[in-house]
Amino acid sequence: MVPLPYYLLLSGILFACGVLGFLIKRNIITIFMSIELMLNGVNLAFVAFAAQWKVLSGQVFVFFVMVVAAAEAAVGLAIIIAVYRTRETLNVDQVNLLKL
Amino acid sequence: MLHLALFCVFGAICVAGAVNLLVQSHPINSALSLIAVLASLAVEYLLLGAEFVAAVQVIVYAGAIMVLFVFVIMLLNAGAEEKTRGSRVAIILGVPGMLIGSVLLAWTLLRESNTGSVPVGALPGPPNTIANLLFHDFLLPFEVTSVLVLIAIMGAVVLATREETPAPGERGRV
Repeated sequence: MVPLPYYLLLSGILFACGVLGFLIKRNIITIFMSIELMLNGVNLAFVAFAAQWKVLSGQVFVFFVMVVAAAEAAVGLAIIIAVYRTRETLNVDQVNLLKL
Repeated sequence: MLHLALFCVFGAICVAGAVNLLVQSHPINSALSLIAVLASLAVEYLLLGAEFVAAVQVIVYAGAIMVLFVFVIMLLNAGAEEKTRGSRVAIILGVPGMLIGSVLLAWTLLRESNTGSVPVGALPGPPNTIANLLFHDFLLPFEVTSVLVLIAIMGAVVLATREETPAPGERGRV
């Protein structure tokens, strides 16, 4: 028996690490990975609540979150490649204009 | 007791990987520590009795999505992150903001800490039960996500293709 707040605390720590990485990282790929970390923290909370209340819908929602994360990774990495082609940099400080 | 020990060990690996993701300056090291986080999260899902979610976590997340990340890092030959003025401002603003957020979160969780405990393995998540739920109750969201994935694939192809600037004389033919 693991208390539910332990799972929620772990999920909160992962989410907070993701937010911190999103804020302090300057590399656009690392910022993307921080977003994945946040999504995973939320997934852990979903599964923990599903086990707590014995409702499987939480686990199904994890799949939807994974699909959205996969779609986001595909489109986002394509955008990163397009940005790198035009700017030759991955630093978000130097990508401050939408137009070239 | 064994479950609590397993939870603590893999939770510690999770947190260590997440912190390592923030500390490392090279994106490939961050990607590898993210893979460690995802794999230990799969063990946490197993402890919660969600076997299918754990399998999908390893196959889709630690497998497919992270391969995409590592592929892009190597394709773009991403070097170590350079420190700029913006990064100092981000640290000054970001660290206190994150601390306030996590203190609020922990305070709320500790205040509501009598919510009970999760019995390990009490919720078997076999694939057929999940498939039943997914293809009956959640059929419309399932179809919508399939459209979303289709749009994402097309968007990725359109965005990542190199724009070929046609020669002046060829413009009319294209």
